[in-house]
Amino acid sequence: MIETRDLRKSYGTSLVLDGVSVTLPRGGITTIIGANGAGKSTLLSVISRLLSPDSGTALMDGEDIFRINGPELAKKLAVLRQENHLTARLTVRELVSFGRYPHSKGRLSDADRAAVAHALLWLDLNDLQDRFLDQLSGGQRQRAFVAMVLAQETDYILLDEPLNNLDMKNARAMMLILREAVRELQKTVVMVLHDINFASVHSDRIIAMKAGKVIHSGGPDEIVAPAILREIYDMDIEVREIENRRFAFYYG
Amino acid sequence: MRLGLAFLLVVVLAGISLWVGVSGISLARLAGGDPRDWLILWESRVPRMLALVLSGAAMAIAGLLMQIVIRNRFVEPSTTGTVEAAGLGLLVMTLMAPGAPVIVKMAVGAVFALGGTGLFLMVLRRVPLRDQMMVPLIGIILTGVLHAVTTFIAYRADLMQTVLAWTQGDLSGVLRGRYELLWLGAAMAVIAWIAADRFTLAGLGKDMATSLGLAHGRVLALALVIVSGVTAVVVVTVGTIPFLGLIVPNLVSLAMGDNMRRAVPWVAVSGAGLVLVCDILGRILRAPYEIPVGTILGVIGSFTFLILILRRRRDVA
Repeated sequence: MIETRDLRKSYGTSLVLDGVSVTLPRGGITTIIGANGAGKSTLLSVISRLLSPDSGTALMDGEDIFRINGPELAKKLAVLRQENHLTARLTVRELVSFGRYPHSKGRLSDADRAAVAHALLWLDLNDLQDRFLDQLSGGQRQRAFVAMVLAQETDYILLDEPLNNLDMKNARAMMLILREAVRELQKTVVMVLHDINFASVHSDRIIAMKAGKVIHSGGPDEIVAPAILREIYDMDIEVREIENRRFAFYYG
Repeated sequence: MRLGLAFLLVVVLAGISLWVGVSGISLARLAGGDPRDWLILWESRVPRMLALVLSGAAMAIAGLLMQIVIRNRFVEPSTTGTVEAAGLGLLVMTLMAPGAPVIVKMAVGAVFALGGTGLFLMVLRRVPLRDQMMVPLIGIILTGVLHAVTTFIAYRADLMQTVLAWTQGDLSGVLRGRYELLWLGAAMAVIAWIAADRFTLAGLGKDMATSLGLAHGRVLALALVIVSGVTAVVVVTVGTIPFLGLIVPNLVSLAMGDNMRRAVPWVAVSGAGLVLVCDILGRILRAPYEIPVGTILGVIGSFTFLILILRRRRDVA
């Protein structure tokens, strides 16, 4: 379980986290939604110890995330940021193998190799494994990064807008892969998403943020409702239920 | 296997290097135990060959290391202020403590090199970078400033000749007893190989490295210490070898990528080979005169650099 207590963070004069206390239970997919600048990515960065808050704490299974030693935490929690620009030329297999670093320290054991092979298979990268990342399309590259994160074999996987730059087919495939990882490998996935309908269909829990605060949290059936969406996004959004799933219509 | 062949090629080049020079030496006379030929071989040719191989390999690795951890393809010790700062440190030692042993001067040079590189990184953090070409440009400006300071002091103290020896890579002065410090540079390059995975990981960026449990700051610091140490050693013994740390890692990267565990041996062998070729050329083109290896590399290197820039530009676009 990850929980935060009264997290605050500001950049200059703008407050991006304004007393965030939130609990992310184990298992399932939790998505964080909200308008641009609501503090979603900042919250994700803090609970993955990439950014220290000005005040407040983030705990994983009761321990302060910033006190757990780095290599140990890397075996329990993996994070993938939104922008992953690499200058180093690495092959897909090399990148995914680096996902094993917390376990292998660079010397791959048979178990490490098996985990890499599994991650490559899981993300359908076998045919691309010897290609350099700079020879891949955006979608393929994103799959390689997610494979790296899966190879890390952590309980918690934190993703910042993993569907960014993916076309419809790739975005759907990515969500299905993550769902399967949650179901079969008992992962806990927390991600920032912009597409409210992907969040609605695939999340177990949605956390809605606005102006640095968590304003709502609950299942898709609670959050994807006109009154709440209006509060989150400051616009009127029509919601319809189709085959027991809720869809938001905001294209008109 | 291919690496073995490349290694063999360097051994052959090293062999040729032993035989090139103003005073002729012959296998027959050596076999006959001719003291003059043995003296030349042992006191001058072997040290020179070793100096070429060691400095070439170490400088190329320093370039690779810098490109990986700073995450920019166009940096190397001579485009980041590292070399100039090392030279400034040596000049300061020459003025303040002329009698100090070379190893002490070198250590001070390394500290200055580290300071120069740190200054470069500080400037980088404060400048909004819109283009990756900005990074070496900032480095070259900083290099110019440091160079001006060094020249001013050297001019006032009448030490221009000494400074020239550091700024121009020249191996004609290498004799036994005057190159051994380079082994230290080679040892540092070996550390770069041992810690290769950590450096490649650091090259994935701070966030990704942290997510994988790496103490990013510490690894970055270690990399810069190695780069500064290697630079100071090379500058104090053979002088600046421009472009080497730039073109060798870039060419190796195009051929086989940047996983340092795999790339370091190739970069070392190619760096040594390229310096040997340039030095042999420098010794035969205008024999009996010599063209310094730094000059030859400057010509070859700047052309290769231009091609690399145009190529990378096209790839990015």
